[in-house]
Amino acid sequence: MLNQYYGDYVTVAVFVAVGAVLVGAAIGMSKMIAPRAPGGFKDVPYESGIEPILGGWSQSHIRYYIFALLFLIFDVEAVFIFPWALQLEYFDSIGRGMFALIEMFVFIAILLLGLVYAIRKGVLKWE
Amino acid sequence: MSIFIEAAIRAVFVFGFLLVTVILLVWVERKFVSDLQNRVGPDRAGPWGILQTLADGMKSFFKESIRPTNVEVALFVAAPIIALMTALLIFMVVPIGAPVEINGTEYALVGADLNVGLLYVLALSSMAVYAIVFAGWASGSKYPLLGSVRASAQMISYEAAMGLSLVPVVLFAGSTSITTIVEQQQGTFLGVFPAWNIVLLPSFVIFLISGFAETNRAPFDLVEAEQEIVGGYHTEYSGFQFALFFLAEYIAVFNISALTAVLFLGGWSGPVFGPAWIAWVWPIGWFLLKTWAIVLFFVWVRASLPRMRYDHLMSFGWKKLIPVSLAWIILVAIAIGIRDFGLPWS
Amino acid sequence: MTVSLADWFREAANWAFMIIAIPTLFAGWRTVTSNNIVRAVLYLVVSLAGTAALFIMLGAEFVGWTVVLVYIGAVIILFLIGIMITRAPLGVDADLSHARNVRTPAAVLGVLLFAVIGYAVIDAFENSMIEPFEPTATADLANLLFSRWVIPFEVVSFVLLAALIGGIALARKDDNGAQR
Repeated sequence: MLNQYYGDYVTVAVFVAVGAVLVGAAIGMSKMIAPRAPGGFKDVPYESGIEPILGGWSQSHIRYYIFALLFLIFDVEAVFIFPWALQLEYFDSIGRGMFALIEMFVFIAILLLGLVYAIRKGVLKWE
Repeated sequence: MSIFIEAAIRAVFVFGFLLVTVILLVWVERKFVSDLQNRVGPDRAGPWGILQTLADGMKSFFKESIRPTNVEVALFVAAPIIALMTALLIFMVVPIGAPVEINGTEYALVGADLNVGLLYVLALSSMAVYAIVFAGWASGSKYPLLGSVRASAQMISYEAAMGLSLVPVVLFAGSTSITTIVEQQQGTFLGVFPAWNIVLLPSFVIFLISGFAETNRAPFDLVEAEQEIVGGYHTEYSGFQFALFFLAEYIAVFNISALTAVLFLGGWSGPVFGPAWIAWVWPIGWFLLKTWAIVLFFVWVRASLPRMRYDHLMSFGWKKLIPVSLAWIILVAIAIGIRDFGLPWS
Repeated sequence: MTVSLADWFREAANWAFMIIAIPTLFAGWRTVTSNNIVRAVLYLVVSLAGTAALFIMLGAEFVGWTVVLVYIGAVIILFLIGIMITRAPLGVDADLSHARNVRTPAAVLGVLLFAVIGYAVIDAFENSMIEPFEPTATADLANLLFSRWVIPFEVVSFVLLAALIGGIALARKDDNGAQR
């Protein structure tokens, strides 16, 4: 009774399982073979050969956060564009093509406005 | 029960194919780059050094995986596994040949033909970012953190461009299933030109550029720029765990090449000759030919172009690629309307 | 219609549901109770992945992959980058355990939310049996989006724009003291 749809996703699940087993087996094998001798200077975090100072954290610029935010917004946009792209020819065929096109145009324009705002405010700029 | 067995067989085939490919790919890259740079390259293990990758892989099994004192163990161990798993799983939706008939049953030469194949590819590429974020964060060290913040910002930026570059393909094919997209590219256009999606040239270029950035390859390899941030997110990795990252990176390169071939160069479509028992080999050959051509392009670019500056990279992505791909989407949509109905005023 | 326990166990879909749902629930629980913020985020990823799998089980594959793409691929990455560039404490962070006086209202709110969602779901689907069915096609989604839901669709773009401008306003340097 499994139809094509569930069959496909069972296949995906099996791929995940087989992949996990393969990767796990390889790691297990290397664990058995590889030597393990912790301690000494090699366990110190690498900092070009000098002793690390001030722990393992270094400050980064806030603009990375803006990039992630922009990505989130364009990701959501892409999620809306895909169904539209899928059905545009159908919309054309029932005479709603122009409507769908203009709606998407407005949608994209509003989000481009956000990108333009970000660029004009200089948050994507390195000084 | 049989569906589980069939799926398992497919999985073993796909993963085995990828592993053999990667072993070849690393050797091809080293050999090709060394030729371009007037060096000899690997030449000791096997004829022309073809077994070099295998030897390197074997060696990594015998090396200690050093675990520095500051690491967050669970995430540190998980990161390379995530990287490899996502790379392995993306390939399952790529059809490597025309459907083959065995004993009257038709088998598609693809792991699974999902209806939303493109979305699956994008979703898994976004999962790949986790490997880098976890690796950088869990290492408890400065260079990896720096590298991973850079890398994740770069990858998500170009992922946005990649997603948008695929929209015209969907507009053309009216489907998000990769197999359907390949089938749409069969036959010829005007009787001479193959009906490939390469006519969507801007999409093709944007996809390829984002592919370079997604796989952290030169000229976008500042993520692991040895000269600046030592090794980026995998600075603290060694032994087999490093080998996993290495493997994942090369599988990702092959994935992007295969996806480019499938989405823009017609995949397995091409002329077929000979009797039926040999005819099924041709599509696979065409697919491999196209994919390897792009792989060689990747290598060629790596050998030729210098590394980009990070601010240039990011502003190129956001100020050029994304606006251009959005404008291109609208243009293609209008063109499809005109193709179907003619000009609005005529 | 009553379903006996034996029948319930005979149905493969129920097993698949339990295999997905139990880790999802556990991960959700650990997200709230974990003392380490990055681990909490990791558990959130697991719980969202489980949610995506449940959507796919219900035949809503587009929604399922959207959860992966948007929530796992973008929202959580936003969290993680936020954590990495501000303060990345390795190990246990005592501040993350809330005081008892916050826990009770939170628990009450959680139970209330559960009751509301549970009521809504039972009210909508009470006795309808989910038959083996054809999955929802992405095309149908598009048809709905561009007919009945077209206004909300456009409003979404404004919400996103507002989010972006808000984020920039928070993150931007003050105009005085810095150029541009």
